[in-house]
Amino acid sequence: MTGFRFFRRRRQDIDLTEEIAAHIEAERAENLARGFSPEEADRRARVKFGSARRVREDIWRQNSVAPLENLVRDLRYTIRTLARTPGFAITAALVMALGIGATTALFIVVRSVLLNPLPYPNSSRLVSLYESDAVSNSPTPWDPVAGGVFNEWQRATHNTAQMGFLSPWQSYNVSASGGQLPESISAAFVSWNLFRVLGVAPALGRDFLASDDKPSAQDTVILSNSFWKRRFAADPAIIGKSVYLDAKPYTIIGVMPASFAWNFNAKTQLWTAAAHEAPYLMDAFGNHEFLVVARLAPGATLTGLVSQVNAVEQNIKLAHPEPAVHTRAIGRSLLDATVEDYKTPLYALLAATICVLLIACLNVANLLVARSAARQKDLAIRAALGGSRWRLIREHLTESLVLSTVGGALGLLLAWAALAWLAHSKIGLARAQEINLNWWAIAFVIALSVITGLAAGIIPSLSLHAGQLLETLQSSSRSHSAGRSRARLRKVLLTAEVSLTVVLLLGAGLLLKSYQQLRTRNLGCAIDNLLTLQVSLPDVHYGKPEQNLAFFEQLLARVRSLPGVQSAGISSTLPGQGWGGDSLVTILEHPPLTKGQGIDLMHRRADPGYFAALQIPLIRGRYFRNDERLDHANVAIISESAAKQFFPGEDPIGRHIKEDSHAPVQIVGVVGDTRWNITEPMRPTFYVPLFSGESDGAGLAVRADSDVDAESLALPIQKIIGQLDPDLPVADVMTMRQNIGAATLQDQFNSILVLAFAIIALVLAAVGLYGVLSYLVTQRTTELGIRIALGAQRAEVMRLTLADGLVPVLLGLVAGLAGGAAAVQLLRTMLYGMSPFDWTVFSAVVIVLAVTAACACITPAWRASHLDPATALRAE
Amino acid sequence: MPKNSQSDGEMLKGTLDMMILRTLSTGDAHGHTIAKVIERTSEDVLEVEQGSLYPALHRLENRGWLSSYWGASENNRKAKFYRLTAAGRKQLVREKSRWSRMAHAIALVMGEHNSEKVTEEGAE
Repeated sequence: MTGFRFFRRRRQDIDLTEEIAAHIEAERAENLARGFSPEEADRRARVKFGSARRVREDIWRQNSVAPLENLVRDLRYTIRTLARTPGFAITAALVMALGIGATTALFIVVRSVLLNPLPYPNSSRLVSLYESDAVSNSPTPWDPVAGGVFNEWQRATHNTAQMGFLSPWQSYNVSASGGQLPESISAAFVSWNLFRVLGVAPALGRDFLASDDKPSAQDTVILSNSFWKRRFAADPAIIGKSVYLDAKPYTIIGVMPASFAWNFNAKTQLWTAAAHEAPYLMDAFGNHEFLVVARLAPGATLTGLVSQVNAVEQNIKLAHPEPAVHTRAIGRSLLDATVEDYKTPLYALLAATICVLLIACLNVANLLVARSAARQKDLAIRAALGGSRWRLIREHLTESLVLSTVGGALGLLLAWAALAWLAHSKIGLARAQEINLNWWAIAFVIALSVITGLAAGIIPSLSLHAGQLLETLQSSSRSHSAGRSRARLRKVLLTAEVSLTVVLLLGAGLLLKSYQQLRTRNLGCAIDNLLTLQVSLPDVHYGKPEQNLAFFEQLLARVRSLPGVQSAGISSTLPGQGWGGDSLVTILEHPPLTKGQGIDLMHRRADPGYFAALQIPLIRGRYFRNDERLDHANVAIISESAAKQFFPGEDPIGRHIKEDSHAPVQIVGVVGDTRWNITEPMRPTFYVPLFSGESDGAGLAVRADSDVDAESLALPIQKIIGQLDPDLPVADVMTMRQNIGAATLQDQFNSILVLAFAIIALVLAAVGLYGVLSYLVTQRTTELGIRIALGAQRAEVMRLTLADGLVPVLLGLVAGLAGGAAAVQLLRTMLYGMSPFDWTVFSAVVIVLAVTAACACITPAWRASHLDPATALRAE
Repeated sequence: MPKNSQSDGEMLKGTLDMMILRTLSTGDAHGHTIAKVIERTSEDVLEVEQGSLYPALHRLENRGWLSSYWGASENNRKAKFYRLTAAGRKQLVREKSRWSRMAHAIALVMGEHNSEKVTEEGAE
């Protein structure tokens, strides 16, 4: 009601004016009737009414609400002030928008990815269990669980938890059908109860039953929603139809809902029953294949469950002392298991954006201090005339709140754009599809705008000391202490700004250097002009070693004869393209290892021409020979680090290594090391001949002639494969460089983002520094003029001014380096093979900052030293 | 205007609102008529200060006791008419009883005490 009246005041006032006119008119008419002259009648009517303006003002005030009234006045005043300096207003609002937008976007990402519960009913009860081994040298302690171990765990814990598992790193060839090309897709083996444990059910058809999860059961499959839509055009009658996987017909029994997109591997397209697909995995104790998901029973805890399975694990190790059997069980929440890898990078980015926001806030505060300094006398006069101190503070607050509100609105747009981009980028962030801009984001933006606005407004208000009024009014151009406290405040702000900038620069420098090192890291083989692709041979057609061998031999022969191909090689897994499998081996000539231990080597198959094609250097011995095939393939080649680590001081050539349940193989050569993942350290590796005919999956690497673009070979090679087997899909066709780029995409993203933030911070700090120093010089114009007139050397004046500006920089630098040293610790896990205390980065940051600061200071200092004393003294 | 007549005609605080309500209870009227009616019915003892008439009208309207509309005055000019609302009628009853209690109380006081002191306070 009141508010309504408030906004109708102007309309009401017009009404009232008319009403008053009518009243006076009526009075005048009466006077005329009484016989007064028209002039007298009019005069009397007006005298009788008194001041119409006062009545209007009274009613105006009656209809107004004091705080609202003040707000409107402040707003109008602020907008007028800001409009007078559009450059300042736009810069400040944009700076705020950047800080608020980036922080909001990151906040939403952190919230949706790291903090929100997983999209399953009662998901806080879901945990993930792993095996672990004190002596294991795998990249993380979280090793998958062996099938036999899982069965024992499940038996022992049926009271505390409901347990299921999945093996998400499987793949199938989908046969060509209905005019569609064959393709290779990611899939997962699951226990029949996995979806029940998670609490999701298929949208169409039925879930797996225990009877589907047996070696003797029919072939059944559940499709993902996206695969169903893409490959089967969302056929509503799909249930009961079959799909050919690895050349075998599988009955489609279900389709998962579209919301079930996250499933340990976003690329997973379908699910098959584990015990049916891989019975040999189900009772193994040393073959770690499964991620275990458990739903805690009411009252049960993760710690309790882990100690329960840990006890089981120790009994298993006693009964099966083989080296591949692990010694302990560990667990974490399913949410942690899903997003663990993203925690550090996301929190680091969030910290960086908060730094930018703080700097933006400090910068706006700094600009407002400058503004109030310029208006010092005006403000003092107003205060002296009775303008309340609160009123002056309120002006600052309104100004910064207007800026931060505009900034917040722009920031929301910015955050929206950033999130939209992120959703379509290839960063491969877990749960990316759950990120969306919602009311939380808007609430967050509003909160941030208010907080930054208040912070930026209150800081300059600190310099409005009530007691200084008289001094300020008395201070004339001859007094040189004027504005000193304000300058001190600006210097403190500047110091804080510089130190935050240093922290950001340090983080950016480290990430960038790490990324650069990663890009130039030696994969261990040639990477230029190299095309790679994957094929996977289904058992149905290639189960016999002769069939398998014949395919690879023909493929290699035909690819090598293609024009433009310099060389080609095949390995079960190419360098940089994944774990690919490891084996525990023993060396026959060495004394037996202590019970329960083994030598862990990466396991690869390679054709005889592979090493030469990829330019993996031969260090000793020889490559495989063409006749080392099928039954005559009992030879091996080991990598240099394997030779150094396991054959110290002896010649490995001629020694035998033995894998469990395989015949021993003789080492015939030593080759250079390669990396299985560009971001991971090298691991010792052994190779056995591809031509033994036992490899189902294989990566083909083709090096093009130097005058041929490797990518142009993709089509002819795919044609050759199509001619050899029209039903065989080709996957991951890309150059080695693209492959490395994809593997380091996230590092690139992180380092470039932090670098961008750091550059923004640096520019803001430079602007702030320039502003402060220019202001100081203006303040001291008269003083400097006198000094110069009295014979001060210009160089001396310049030195003085520079020192004024560089002291806060120096303090900020020291504080920033100290803070940065603590902050970069958090980046440790994001840096590859380098210490967070990299002296080159630290010194580069110091140099960059010093140069920037010097550039920002030199103009005002030069201006100071070239003051014309006559003009300076006449100033003011 | 002589000074003493001004203080004579000055109204007790809060009574203007009541008298406006009373005046409008006999029919709709515009500001000028309301002032005239009050002055005439009080036999010209009370003089409505026009500076306070319109703020009072607006105040009463804002409280929902009056409603207003534009119409034609008796000599066919455009004028803003005020009308007593149902709430205003109830308010009038309340004010009336409050006033008679007050008048009674003042009469009691005046009958028993020194009159000069009261005049001083009343004139304040």
